[in-house]
Amino acid sequence: MSNTPANPSAKSDPAKLAKLMTLNLRVWRQKSPKEAGKFAAYTLKGVSPNMSFLEMLDLLNEGLHHSGDAPVEFDSDCREGICGSCSCMINGQAHGPELGTATCQLYMRKFKDGDTIVIEPWRATAFPLVRDLVVDRSALDRIISAGGYTSVKVGPHAEPNSMLVSKDNAEKAMDAAACIGCGACVAACPNGSASLFTAAKITHLSLLPQGKVESHRRSYRMVTQMDEEGFGHCTNIGECQSACPKDISIDTIATMRREYMKAIVKS
Amino acid sequence: MSNIKLDSNVPAGPNSEKWSKFKDDMKLVNPANRRKHTVIVVGTGLAGASASAALAEMGYRVKTFTIHDTPRRAHSIAAQGGINATKNYMNDGDSVHRLFYDTVKGGDYRSREANVHRLAEVSTSIIDQCVAQGVPFAREYSGELANRSFGGTQVSRTFYARGQTGQQLLLGAYQSMMRQVDEKAVELLTRREMLDLVMINGKARGIITRNLVTGETERHVADAVVLATGGYSRVYFLSTNAFNSNATAAWRCHKRGALFANPCFTQIHPTCIPVSGDNQSKLTLMSESLRNDGRVWVPKKKEDVKKNPNDIAEEDRDYYLERKYPSFGNLVPRDVASRNSKEVCDEGRGVGESGLAVYLDFRDSIQRLGESSIREKYGNLFHMYEEITAENPYQVPMRIYPAIHYTMGGLWVDYNLMSNLPGLFVLGEANFSDHGANRLGASALMQGLADGYFVLPNTLSDYLAKTTFTKASTENPEFKAAEDQVRADVKSLIEAGKKGTKTVMEFYRELGLTMWDHVGMARSEEGLKTAISKIQNLRREFHNGYKLVVQDEGFNKNLEVAGRVADFMELGELMAKDALSRRESCGGHFRVESQTEDGEAKRDDENFAYVAAWEYKGSVTDAVLHKEPLVFEDVHPSQRSYK
Repeated sequence: MSNTPANPSAKSDPAKLAKLMTLNLRVWRQKSPKEAGKFAAYTLKGVSPNMSFLEMLDLLNEGLHHSGDAPVEFDSDCREGICGSCSCMINGQAHGPELGTATCQLYMRKFKDGDTIVIEPWRATAFPLVRDLVVDRSALDRIISAGGYTSVKVGPHAEPNSMLVSKDNAEKAMDAAACIGCGACVAACPNGSASLFTAAKITHLSLLPQGKVESHRRSYRMVTQMDEEGFGHCTNIGECQSACPKDISIDTIATMRREYMKAIVKS
Repeated sequence: MSNIKLDSNVPAGPNSEKWSKFKDDMKLVNPANRRKHTVIVVGTGLAGASASAALAEMGYRVKTFTIHDTPRRAHSIAAQGGINATKNYMNDGDSVHRLFYDTVKGGDYRSREANVHRLAEVSTSIIDQCVAQGVPFAREYSGELANRSFGGTQVSRTFYARGQTGQQLLLGAYQSMMRQVDEKAVELLTRREMLDLVMINGKARGIITRNLVTGETERHVADAVVLATGGYSRVYFLSTNAFNSNATAAWRCHKRGALFANPCFTQIHPTCIPVSGDNQSKLTLMSESLRNDGRVWVPKKKEDVKKNPNDIAEEDRDYYLERKYPSFGNLVPRDVASRNSKEVCDEGRGVGESGLAVYLDFRDSIQRLGESSIREKYGNLFHMYEEITAENPYQVPMRIYPAIHYTMGGLWVDYNLMSNLPGLFVLGEANFSDHGANRLGASALMQGLADGYFVLPNTLSDYLAKTTFTKASTENPEFKAAEDQVRADVKSLIEAGKKGTKTVMEFYRELGLTMWDHVGMARSEEGLKTAISKIQNLRREFHNGYKLVVQDEGFNKNLEVAGRVADFMELGELMAKDALSRRESCGGHFRVESQTEDGEAKRDDENFAYVAAWEYKGSVTDAVLHKEPLVFEDVHPSQRSYK
């Protein structure tokens, strides 16, 4: 199927038009998990290099709308790389070719006029498809609810400066805590493992005195939940680290293993 | 005549004693009885997630709703700079009174003193709570917590986690809530949109939601409904708010009788990345914390605006904030900074391709502190800026311009955070109470968490303990009527979608442009009247027909957005109406007819020292104004000066 959607904004002045690109898109279309999906081909004109990848999809959708076709469904919200909603597999790479960048922060200046771009949803057993590029990532929430917290209640607590945290540990904890829960690590992993996601939380909390207290219970429960959700195992491939829009290091997985081993030995 | 009486229920006594007195006098629900009460919480941002966690920990049964696929997507996640608290770690003279004073003054004397005082009082407990949760706040080499400065204050009281403070605080609250999900104390319902409030015997007793995956409507019953659904900046289409942020839940409550307070009080944030093209879907904020180390300037001469900024000599630069406001300099409050940017651009001294930008320059700080120090503080922001603009801010000054960022207005609440509808509580940005006509930086996070962790658990318990509940279930006729109405509304949206040629997004952008042009940074009587008639026409056109290609009721984002845009087209008119009736300038609300000789906002305390609370009367055009007079006991209104 080939299809050239009308483009409402491509009619501006010729000087501007010269800078605009035409792209060949191959987009995964699937109405529901029950129906089979397939790639649809679209030629999209009038793509400005200053657009974000999602704005390019907005442009595609407006065009599809005008020509009477169903728009491509995709998740997005903050569009500044922090909410973790967006989740496009772009030319086989989770969040596309830029390192340390979520789909929403990928700009079209990274592509060339005439490029073919293949766009797919996250593909993983533990992420059932909802529609088109939208998947269900609630398995990640269930991993957090198994132990990704300190079990404190709301109420009075010790004066924070009575428990010092070295600047170095605070920074390392923050590096791990920067995870946005997008699931790119899972999508990029050939095993569909959520190890980087789980390890980031375990590492963040185990580096701080407040989280250390229940570190064993936490790692045991989170890892168990991760397995139950149908995520694969980690075999040290490292794709997760390169796909992570927040540059979370695979070293966290070593920390997770250590904490998990300690938990097993202790129990 | 309306029979609504606006009682703020502020406890008697001096401001500094009211909250203690409230807590001493409040009624409690005993632990065994708490599990008999179900509470609905709508929204999982800082306010909603913290309230859900706190209430569930106390033993209430909580049902929590989010429009997102997971609660962690809520837009609080995007807050960058920090959270205020009066720890006085810097030994620079901070105190509860000073935070209270700064907030009332910063809000240009249009907030309720008692609420603000309580906010300042609980601010330190928030930090204690978050540290206990493992929030990785920035630390000094000593291992103690670090602070930085924000606008509108002369002390350093802002706690932060790089430029991702909102994310870390939200994840702290989210994780606490997820612990309660694991304990089965919170039932979490994702991808659900609240489309109506159900009132039974004069009390809020439930909601109707739409399942955004299947399209089914659902009924949920409870003893109280807590709304924590955020603000309405997206009425401007382009704002720093997330794509899905919307006013629908709040607006539907308004249509059920909840008063909407100060809708025209919106915040325009001075440091956003300027608009670059017609297809832009949102604007990106550059944290206010950057103004600690960045200097704002434009060229003195118009002919220099297209020059490379690094080639403009020191004497040809106008650091206009430092020049006009020597005591606060680049750290004047947001409304003042924004208006000054507009002013210099209106003079033709704006920079960048559109001429609608000013420079935020780090050259001097990089020379003073070194690039690595700047990178450590703001690395992620600089990276984000470079991704978007393809310019390196370590070498070229950033270009920034004001954008809509936050809404101070919201549903009217009393001291207990309860709306005029008994049993409907409103928290965080969705209510109106704490920030007056302008919010200070790093205070939104403080308010969201104060409301959810420390205020609501007390005031809601007091309400539940004092109230006699009739038995209600989803079989009550009120539920059926509300659900039927919701279904009919969705159906008519789908029907209208078969008849037009313009898409929802085209209507949305058009509404946004009208709002920005006439209800934006400068508002005039003529402009506001134009806005009202334009919005009315746009609304009429929309309901006559727009283009919706997919008409099934299942997963359908265009249909979702259509419902939200329909509500925005009513709220936008109410904002213009409120702005028109407030014939004074205050905070972010700048009426061109009311300014001082040097162009600052000129308040009119004699006539406008009130909260404007609007009642829905069958249509937004017929809305009726109620006034809650503002009484100042501690902070005496004066012309705000940051000079």
